[in-house]
Amino acid sequence: MKNIIEIKNLHKSFGIEDILGKINLDIKENEFLTILGPSGCGKTTLLRIIAGFETATSGNILFGGKDLLIFPPHKRNINTVFQSYALFPHMNVEENIAFALKIKKENKDIIKEKVTKMLNLVNLNGFEKRRVRQLSGGQQQRVAIARALINEPKVLLLDEPLGALDLKLRKEMQIELKNMQKSLGITFIYVTHDQEEALTMSDTIVVMNKGEILQKGTAEDIYNEPLSAFVADFIGTSNILPGQMEKDFEVYIQGVKFHCIDKMPDTKDVDVVIRPEDVEISKNADKFPLKGEVINVVFFGVHYEMIVKVEDTLWKVHSTVMTKPGEIVGIDVSKELIHIMRR
Amino acid sequence: MKSTKLAIPYIIWIFIFTIVPVFLLINYAFSTNTGSFTIDNFSRFFSPLYIGILMRSFYMAFWSTIICFIIAYPVAYILSTKEFKNRNVLILLFIVPMWMNFLVRTYAWLFILGNNGVLNIFLGFLGFPQIRLLFTDAAVLIGLVYTFLPFMIFPIYSSLSKIDYKIVEGAQDLGANSFYVMLKIIFPLSLPGIASGLTMVFMPAVATFLVSNILGGGGYMLIGNLIEQQFMIVGNRHFGSAISLILLALILVFNMLISTLIREEETN
Repeated sequence: MKNIIEIKNLHKSFGIEDILGKINLDIKENEFLTILGPSGCGKTTLLRIIAGFETATSGNILFGGKDLLIFPPHKRNINTVFQSYALFPHMNVEENIAFALKIKKENKDIIKEKVTKMLNLVNLNGFEKRRVRQLSGGQQQRVAIARALINEPKVLLLDEPLGALDLKLRKEMQIELKNMQKSLGITFIYVTHDQEEALTMSDTIVVMNKGEILQKGTAEDIYNEPLSAFVADFIGTSNILPGQMEKDFEVYIQGVKFHCIDKMPDTKDVDVVIRPEDVEISKNADKFPLKGEVINVVFFGVHYEMIVKVEDTLWKVHSTVMTKPGEIVGIDVSKELIHIMRR
Repeated sequence: MKSTKLAIPYIIWIFIFTIVPVFLLINYAFSTNTGSFTIDNFSRFFSPLYIGILMRSFYMAFWSTIICFIIAYPVAYILSTKEFKNRNVLILLFIVPMWMNFLVRTYAWLFILGNNGVLNIFLGFLGFPQIRLLFTDAAVLIGLVYTFLPFMIFPIYSSLSKIDYKIVEGAQDLGANSFYVMLKIIFPLSLPGIASGLTMVFMPAVATFLVSNILGGGGYMLIGNLIEQQFMIVGNRHFGSAISLILLALILVFNMLISTLIREEETN
């Protein structure tokens, strides 16, 4: 696949404050790329620079091999779905969607045909004459997507577009967005702070913090092989425990030896990442290598989430085994589920 | 319960100073000196002289409203853009004159526009011939525009600053240049402010008598002056009341016209 967007040494600062460090990122054609990070990490600024609403302090972006930053937003073949939708309140659904084509002075029949096509795509047939204020949040979201797609942009930018929707609708829209992206063959650059959303939809995830890209990879890569404690923590509610390694495939966690499948890095002290669902617990505490006291139990439907205190360290555990606070339980982790990171 | 109680002083106020006077006006307008019912006060108004004064009032109010709008819209727009740094200074510049007495402000124009006034001294200094401005339509127009300009700026400014900037970005994102954004997004969304600006300028301008009295000179007659004259000089409160009612009715019609026009524009 060819690169459609190449971001080179992009830097942004407001006064003395750096918003973006030096960002280098290649985005491929037809890729669903998610920029994931906590609020204030610079992800929205990056998106707004691509859209043209912010200027970069230095660096460059190539779009299809050509310089992008010299063009104002209205001359870029890139469209945006805004977090707040930014629908035109004085226009009905049809006028909102047709806006981009009317600017181009497109033939009326073509506009009508394309609007109908877009309404089909987002499942809003029959809503042509509705005013946008009369629509629900989910419907407004669909109008915003249709409006941005009617121009057939090569790249669609989405700035936390599902943030305002309730959980069920959000899940539905995640699947629909992914299907849309596949069938239209458009590059999606999706900004979110919701790690689950990122894992569900993306071909590639870019994890950002404090204006820097920490890791880029597939959802599986990022989830299973986080490069740093920050990524591990952000991508899932992980246990990140201090550990020591004397040799390959052996790690001491809280003084107890565990087998693992990672080699020893160049330092002795390591971070050990263990996901809550990978922790095995048993009420027969003495049979397991570590034991601790259950501090807190929350029922989550499919499983219980409990906090187990082992000496002075808290472990987060997801398990179907029911326990009570105060109970002493044993803890074990099988070797392929222990992930070692350099400290 | 509590909230309705709080409204009682206002209701009393409105009743004494608005409702009662309107009924007094109606009573005077439809009666003669001896108190018997008549419509003569109204039919008297429909003579070329009085209709001429009415037309002139509407003419002056119309143009002062248009000029106010042409000046106010760009000012309000600049005030509402977030890049504008000296917003508070500019707003203050428009507000400070309103702290001054209205009469004093209007008299100040006498000294600016007079034959030996500031303006003519300045023109002479530049080598231009003097112009006679005071006691002309132009002077009254300048006075009206000056007096009512803030009433046009502030409602437009308020509706412009309510526009979510994301909407503008949305339009740019879809390919709209600044002209198109202005035409299709910003202007239509500021229509409610324009509507209240138009009515807030037109209504007092059409009924004005002080500005026209001072800057138009003694013989200058607008509908407001005519009403004042009937009450204060001629002492015919019956005819004065009838003219007031006619003006009231015309303003109501104008008001309804504007609001329906704006509503249609909004739904289209």
